[in-house]
Amino acid sequence: MNADVIVIGGGMVGSALAFGLRGQGLDTLMLDEGDVAFRAARGNFGLVWVQSKGFDCPEYAAWTRRSADLWPDFSSEMTELTGVELQHQRPGGLHVCLSDGEFAARAAQMSRLHNHSGGEFRYEMLDRTALDGMAKGFGPEVVGGSYSPLDGHANPLYLLRALQAGYKACGGRKILDAHVSRITWRRGVYRLQTARGDMEAPKLVIAAGLGTKPLAAMLGLDTPINPLRGQILVTERCAPFLDLPLTLIRQTGEGSVLMGDSHEEVGFDDGTRWEVLAGIVARARRIFPFLDSARIVRSWGALRPYSPDGLPIYDRPPEGDGAFVASVHSGVTLAAIHASAMAEAIADGRLPDEVSVLKAERFHVH
Amino acid sequence: MFTEITAADNSTNLAFTFEGRMIEARVGMTVAAALLAAGEVATRETPISGNPRGAYCLMGVCFECLVMIDGIANQQGCMVLVRDGMNVSRQLGVAVVSP
Repeated sequence: MNADVIVIGGGMVGSALAFGLRGQGLDTLMLDEGDVAFRAARGNFGLVWVQSKGFDCPEYAAWTRRSADLWPDFSSEMTELTGVELQHQRPGGLHVCLSDGEFAARAAQMSRLHNHSGGEFRYEMLDRTALDGMAKGFGPEVVGGSYSPLDGHANPLYLLRALQAGYKACGGRKILDAHVSRITWRRGVYRLQTARGDMEAPKLVIAAGLGTKPLAAMLGLDTPINPLRGQILVTERCAPFLDLPLTLIRQTGEGSVLMGDSHEEVGFDDGTRWEVLAGIVARARRIFPFLDSARIVRSWGALRPYSPDGLPIYDRPPEGDGAFVASVHSGVTLAAIHASAMAEAIADGRLPDEVSVLKAERFHVH
Repeated sequence: MFTEITAADNSTNLAFTFEGRMIEARVGMTVAAALLAAGEVATRETPISGNPRGAYCLMGVCFECLVMIDGIANQQGCMVLVRDGMNVSRQLGVAVVSP
């Protein structure tokens, strides 16, 4: 089977890139490994988030900001094309601090992000009184927090569904259960051996989440991507009480309340541990004590593809000249820019200049 | 509408209220079964359209039998045994967690 471009990966990153590449007029073939894959795209929290990204990397902060700015139009275009409502909202977002020490540390981080962005990153540090004007029911320990009008949230499952449906509606092809066992490059063509037969294309995108490392290695690129587990709990649907998302808590369009934000290095184990879940709930209760009366109906773990510095890896393997690698852990926030600027650059045969500092070579210091 | 198939002679009687009305039940009965036996068929209103609903599968799967029990919303009536003195009321729409 042949195509102009093969995208390995049918998750949040692969789907956004494949959708964008198809939009660039390329005959696109998406390969999805199937439900044996770790499926980070099914476990997201759903923040479209700017205020915690790229404290030490202005380029990544700017890339994130640009994607968040693209999100409103991106969301309405996806809905127009597919009929799927992504529930994207951009009321701004809050990071709540539970002590003066936390508040001071947060203020320093926000100020650095602002200064490194040439003023593009907008935020406010809010005291308790100002915070009370944004949401009701904060606990007694809450001292204040940071607010950025650039933040928002969306339903990540509807996002994935819309990307897949939009891709299909534009004539993109997808093959399921197509585990890739071998990639070779010869005379300008990448040849893939897969569980669903051999495939060829002059252009190749590896966006396979935790499957990326061995695939990129086949083309001579070392990508140090490892699993970082996050656990999330969700309550029953409740009457709306929270108008804007917090770093750790958000109320979905359906009314359920998500609580999360844990980080564990536990290998390829996507289960849950009650100690971690209890820690998440304990912090959520300190923020909103009234959540005590909400019933938790489900919890899950998911594995983020994580690089040593937590930043994306966008790179081009040395083998051949048409292959690209994209691995990020913020696939929701970056979906809008992956579907547009990133796909456009790949169609042109280049990496966007803005993200040239995010190549894997930064980890290979000799 | 519903009749019991077990004999009630050696049973201990319990009493609880549903929307303020006193209802008698036997030890071992679920809230949903006791409500059906008392003729209370519609025990909740759906969150979106407000339509009346009542116990259906009686085995913990369909979530049609949701009621509020002692102030806690969205309890599955078919999964909770009647306790003496319980306060049960209709589940009207979504749960309200109020600040």
